[in-house]
Amino acid sequence: MIGLLIVSHSARLAEGVQEFVSQISSGQIPIVAAGGASDGSLGTSVERILTGLEQLRSVDGILALVDLGSAVMSVETALEQFTGPPVQISNAPLVEGAYLAAVEATQPEATLEEVAAAALQARELIKVFE
Amino acid sequence: MPITIEHVTHFLSTAAKLINAHRDELTALDAAIGDADHGANLDRGFAAVLARLPTVADKDIGTVLKTTGMTIVSTVGGASGPLYGTAFVRAGMALADRHEIGADDVVLALEAALDGIVARGKAQRGEKTIVDALAPAIDALRAALAAGQPLGRATQAAAAAVYAGAQATIPMLAMKGRASYLGERSIGHQDPGATSTAYILQALAMVCNHNEEGA
Repeated sequence: MIGLLIVSHSARLAEGVQEFVSQISSGQIPIVAAGGASDGSLGTSVERILTGLEQLRSVDGILALVDLGSAVMSVETALEQFTGPPVQISNAPLVEGAYLAAVEATQPEATLEEVAAAALQARELIKVFE
Repeated sequence: MPITIEHVTHFLSTAAKLINAHRDELTALDAAIGDADHGANLDRGFAAVLARLPTVADKDIGTVLKTTGMTIVSTVGGASGPLYGTAFVRAGMALADRHEIGADDVVLALEAALDGIVARGKAQRGEKTIVDALAPAIDALRAALAAGQPLGRATQAAAAAVYAGAQATIPMLAMKGRASYLGERSIGHQDPGATSTAYILQALAMVCNHNEEGA
């Protein structure tokens, strides 16, 4: 089982992505939101990210989907203190990447590599056909 | 006169005061090319460090610096949290279990801090970041010490170099962080991270200089 960690500068944005993506995974995979700074203001928090990672401790692998700026560095810093299952940080756009990752992760026996590859396909997603 | 835990504590409280005094300036610089939170973020981080310092006052210099880094990591919500946090943690690791340090150890700690920032932010010189202020400051410190200057004078040379380095970020094109999304529009603005680094090193120079005058 692969879990998803949603990291955004906005706590509400992270929760929104979690809500949106949980709908298509129908609660089959764990998705945790870790948005906002430690006081809830805009920013990213190593502590909040670590708490999120700990909530996903029982899965076989975690894909972290991030928005931008300090989100990547905050996840990397948290990973230095995390001793649980393997974690990959995705280069995919947050919403679309999380969506495609969740679709892949609901496949039985999906691996972290497969889920990470599925998320990356979001970079080539065409929304408007001309 | 060696540097003791009292000097390190004095350095951190001086840095906190300077960051607090320049909080609005740092935030204004960040508003131009980032997300307008650098001054407020760092001020909150250093205030938390000041509150934590008494709990490690009887420990070694390495522990104090590591605690400083961990506190910054857990209280600063922008990129400066992981960057400065890693810098202080790495400096603390370089000075683990030390109760007294000399000039060479200061260089060692600053080099470890720079290595940490480079590893965390993957920035090189010329990309409009903290590295553009810290790297030339360490060069100046090393050169001044090699020329036989005492640590106080040498850290003043480093403080001059760190300001020049921060100002040199003005014509640079941002290659890292939120400012890089602005592309060409990042040119003409001084990097807020390089500027806060200048204030932190100014605090170091003030404390080292005061130490020598008192010796």
